[in-house]
Amino acid sequence: MILDRLDPSAAEFARGTGWELKPEGACKAEVCMPVPASARRSDGRVNVPAVADALGMALVASEAHKLWALGPVSGGRALTTAVAPDLTLPQRDGNPFRLGSLKGTKVFMCSWASW
Amino acid sequence: MDLPVWQAVRNELRPLGVEIVLVAMDTNTSAATPIIDDAKTTYPQLLDPEHSLGALLGIINVPMSVWIDEAGMIVRPAEPAFAPRERGYGATELPPETPQRMREMLAEASKLDIDLQATITMLRDWARNGAKSRYVLTPEQVIERSAARPKSVSEAAANFELGQHLHRNGHEAAARPFFRAAHRLQPENWTYKRQAWSMVDPLQGPTEHYDSDWLSDVKKIGAKNYYARVEA
Repeated sequence: MILDRLDPSAAEFARGTGWELKPEGACKAEVCMPVPASARRSDGRVNVPAVADALGMALVASEAHKLWALGPVSGGRALTTAVAPDLTLPQRDGNPFRLGSLKGTKVFMCSWASW
Repeated sequence: MDLPVWQAVRNELRPLGVEIVLVAMDTNTSAATPIIDDAKTTYPQLLDPEHSLGALLGIINVPMSVWIDEAGMIVRPAEPAFAPRERGYGATELPPETPQRMREMLAEASKLDIDLQATITMLRDWARNGAKSRYVLTPEQVIERSAARPKSVSEAAANFELGQHLHRNGHEAAARPFFRAAHRLQPENWTYKRQAWSMVDPLQGPTEHYDSDWLSDVKKIGAKNYYARVEA
C-alpha cells in the first residue's frame, strides 16, 4: 500500500493491506498475528513501522516524494489463509468489480498482459 | 491472443457453474483495453495496474491462475495456466519484416514447457466434479503450495508499488531505481521485469535503464524453467 504518512487510520490500513487491527492482533480471515501494544497509537491511528516490523512487511521510502510503500506480510507462504482476498479491481469500463460478488460460483481467475 | 479462446471455454463451462475472470496486469491500462474491446468477451475483464495479484496471491508471471470455489475458498493457488489455443507460443509464421529480436524471442518462446491442454482438462474435471475433483486442494495444501514469501519478496513488492506509483504520476526517472530494486530482490517475478522493460522497449530488449532483458534472462534460466510445471 502507498502511504503519505506513517500513521494512517485503522480503516485505511485495513483497506490497503487486508489486515485488520483487533485486540487479538492483526487479523485476516481466520488468521491473527500478534502485534506489540505500540502498533496502535493512543489516538487509534496505526503505527506503521511497529506493525511492519511485527508482520515482516517491508517499508520502502521515497524521500524525494515523501511517500512510502508497505509490502505484504512475509516470513511464511504467499497465502496466509485459503480464504480468497476481498479483492476489488476496476473493470474495462472503470466500474469496480468485487470478486466476492461471484460467491456461489466457481471462479477461474487468470492473469494476462499486453507485453 | 487468448481472450477469445477463454470466451469459448466460458461458453462451455459457465452453464456448469464456472466463471472465467481475466485480469490485465498492464500498468498502462490503455495497452490492454483495445485488446479487451477487440475480443468482445462476456466474462469479467479486470484491470490490475498495481500488480496487486502479486502481493495478494503470488502471481509472478502471465498467464497464471487461481481457482476459487463457491464458498470463496482458494482451492488452487497461483500456477501457470494456459488457454487451450491451437498453436503453441512462438509457433507462428512470421512476415519477412519481423525484427530479428522478435524472431529470437519467438524461437525461445517455442521452447517453453507448456501443455496447452492441461488447464482445460483440469477445469472440465472441476466443473463436473466440484469439491470431489482430484484437482481441488485442501486449505492446508493451498497455503503450503503457495510460493515461499521471504522478506525480500515483500521488499520487492513495496519497491514495485512505489515505482509504479511514481511512474503513473509522471516521475519516470524516479521510478526506475525502485523497479530495478524489485527486479534484484525477486528475480523470479516476471511481471515486475516485463512491465518495466516494456515501458522502455516494447520488445523488452536490453536498454541502459535495466540490467537484464527478456531474451537474456530466459536463456539464463533455461526456457523450460520459465513456467513452473503444474502438479495435479
